[in-house]
Amino acid sequence: MRQTFLSVGLTLLLLCSAGITSAFEIEDRARFGPEGDGPVLRIISTADTGFFEPMIVSYLAENPGLAVDYVVASSTELMQAIANQEAPFDIAISSAMDLQTKLANDGRALQHTSPATRTLPDWAAWNNMLFAFTEEPAAIVASRAAFADRRFPQTRHELIEVMRNEPERFRGRVGTYDVRESGLGYLFATQDTRASETFWRLAEVLGALDAKLYCCSSDMIEAVKSGELLIAYNVLGSYVANRKDIAEFEIILPTDFTTVMLRTALIPANAPSPDLSRDFVDHMLTRSYGPDSKPLVDPRLGLPGTDTALNRIEIGPGLMVFLDQLKRQAFLNEWENAILQDE
Amino acid sequence: MNRTKESVPPSKGSIRRRLLLSLLLGASVLTVGVYFMILSVARQVAQESQDNVLSASAISILDSARYAGGEIIVDLPYSALSMLDSVSDERVFYAIRMEDEFLSGYRDLPEARPDADGRITFRSRPFLGEDVRIATLRRPLSTDVGRQFLQVSVAQTLTGQQQIVTRVSRTSFAVGVGVFALLVLLAGVIARSTIRPLDRLTASVSRRGPEDLRSVTAPVPSEMVPLVASLNRLMGRLKTSLERSEDFIAEAAHRVRTPLAIVRTKAEIIGRKSQDPHTRAAIDEMIHAIDESSRTAGQLLDHAMVTFRLDNLSMERIDLAQLTMNAVERAHPLSEIKGVSITTHSSAPAWIHGDPILLQNALQNLLDNAMKYAPTGTHVKLDIVVAEDTAILCITDDGPGFPQPEFEILTERFSRGPNAKDIVGSGLGLTIVREVMEAHRGEMETKNSSGGGACVRLSFPLA
Repeated sequence: MRQTFLSVGLTLLLLCSAGITSAFEIEDRARFGPEGDGPVLRIISTADTGFFEPMIVSYLAENPGLAVDYVVASSTELMQAIANQEAPFDIAISSAMDLQTKLANDGRALQHTSPATRTLPDWAAWNNMLFAFTEEPAAIVASRAAFADRRFPQTRHELIEVMRNEPERFRGRVGTYDVRESGLGYLFATQDTRASETFWRLAEVLGALDAKLYCCSSDMIEAVKSGELLIAYNVLGSYVANRKDIAEFEIILPTDFTTVMLRTALIPANAPSPDLSRDFVDHMLTRSYGPDSKPLVDPRLGLPGTDTALNRIEIGPGLMVFLDQLKRQAFLNEWENAILQDE
Repeated sequence: MNRTKESVPPSKGSIRRRLLLSLLLGASVLTVGVYFMILSVARQVAQESQDNVLSASAISILDSARYAGGEIIVDLPYSALSMLDSVSDERVFYAIRMEDEFLSGYRDLPEARPDADGRITFRSRPFLGEDVRIATLRRPLSTDVGRQFLQVSVAQTLTGQQQIVTRVSRTSFAVGVGVFALLVLLAGVIARSTIRPLDRLTASVSRRGPEDLRSVTAPVPSEMVPLVASLNRLMGRLKTSLERSEDFIAEAAHRVRTPLAIVRTKAEIIGRKSQDPHTRAAIDEMIHAIDESSRTAGQLLDHAMVTFRLDNLSMERIDLAQLTMNAVERAHPLSEIKGVSITTHSSAPAWIHGDPILLQNALQNLLDNAMKYAPTGTHVKLDIVVAEDTAILCITDDGPGFPQPEFEILTERFSRGPNAKDIVGSGLGLTIVREVMEAHRGEMETKNSSGGGACVRLSFPLA
């Protein structure tokens, strides 16, 4: 089954010949379904192909004859692509809720209402433009091998304590997002500051230990796996949970509060086939909510005995506050002061 | 029979309907007016509450601004934008400017005209494809180059406002429908109660007996006073004219009968004195003609009287058996002369509604007929039977019966059977009977009984 749908995963090299005249940078591209001149649903997404594949496969199973063109880009590239309408896409999926909100707010998204959208919980949709279909927590990910019989920190306070107690052990072996580079990292960091002052203390400690900075969750996970990092802060728990080698990692959802990102989809205003878009959005929503749902990610990640304070990020114009250039500059200054204190 | 021709004037329009229509028209205008008034108030209130939120947002942004180290620092509060989205999902825009220099937000966002006194101003404009409400507020800041104005514009789409208006419009529509239904009900009641005095007057006039031509004295609404006054005058005139015609009938009967009786008496005396058989024969013929005229005059007057009474029927509760007995008694002298025996048979009183004078007259005519056409020695039998809801009077004799075959035409006015050649009569007898029966909603059946004699069957509804 799978091989028939997943025909080719093209790499960056092949993309130039694929005909997208793009000013934005593409990380990956895959085509599902039959080749040829049939109808094509064009998705641009920040989610890794493997992560999102089940959704596409299930959709194509219901709609034979349809093909899906799946393009992966970073959240800022995606934002640029949709905002400047550089290339036409039918669906834009991003984890950067703030950027998605700004796109919708600026009128770059079509409104969509259907029986599926009407049954959504209030927090899962905004203005009939943005539709959340996953809940993905920001987790602390640690290497089981490195911690061995030590106790894993359960809160940010405990994380600070653990690192302070053994600075030599952790120096250069802790990691987090480079918020200047990653939209999701910036979102997690700003939401952390809204929830608690602890974030700044944690940033100070991370900075003092020469924390390594990463563009993406998957890089951090690889670094933890390779032993380069002992612990990584604000990693997308869903990416770890979907791995086969999950046993090597300890996923910690902090019990003081766990920021939960909602991955959202929108229909770009210049979607070439908006009817297909609407149908696909409905498919995503019915698959993610309701009695027969098969969500891509369980917000508790299927962990036994997780009793965390899930703090869902609210979709809405409040998210645009940290996109304000003055505000963003002020935040980045403060962050740099904390993390890059030696440089 | 002009008695049955009711004088109903052609009707044009209806006061009740006209009243109802105008009330309903008023109600609909009122309902629609109230609907739009509620809607306009709702829109105003929604607009005001939106303006309040916008102004709170603008103030919170301005409050977060300070001037430090030679530059403007605006620490945009999270709530400044999230509060605009708290009730309904709204697209939100803002722009921050220092004098003419754009600092942050949406560069192209239009501004409301700044107020010289520093009060907040509002404006509705389309922006990025949707109508938005914009609030603009400014605040002076002391800077190195002197006092400068920091100006903040905050804008919000109208989703929430439209939701409120839609909801209120739905509610006020329901209220409108309810109020309208109530007004319709009320209009019906009002129309009916307005018409009621007319109905009451109609009822009281039509309830009156035939001789009751008194003026209407019950109080009526002022609008109806002229009508009732005219009606009263008309009835007065009618009463006078009726009295006059009753007098005329009595007078005519008197004036015709008395001279005829005198002429007959004189003729008899002359006949008795005369020895000449030719003269006596002529006198006999004369007496016969006088009798015929006298009887015709009598029956014509009877018929005129009956016709008059039929138009002014006075219904009383009377016993048919007693009435019959009285009639038989009155016919007794004549029956003795003719040698006809009459027997009456009734088991119980038979109460009916009727005009005793008319009924008496009808019976008289029947008995007269029986005696006139029956040969000497005939036996006439009257039976009164009460069956279910009818009282039946059955008159049979053992005479020759009704002549065949013209039997149906006997009750036509002035028609006489072929056996009546030698007998004094006008042909009005059975006509009177039939008219009286019709006026009493009774039935009359004439036939020959199987034994050969005539049989007349009168049935009346019981009282």
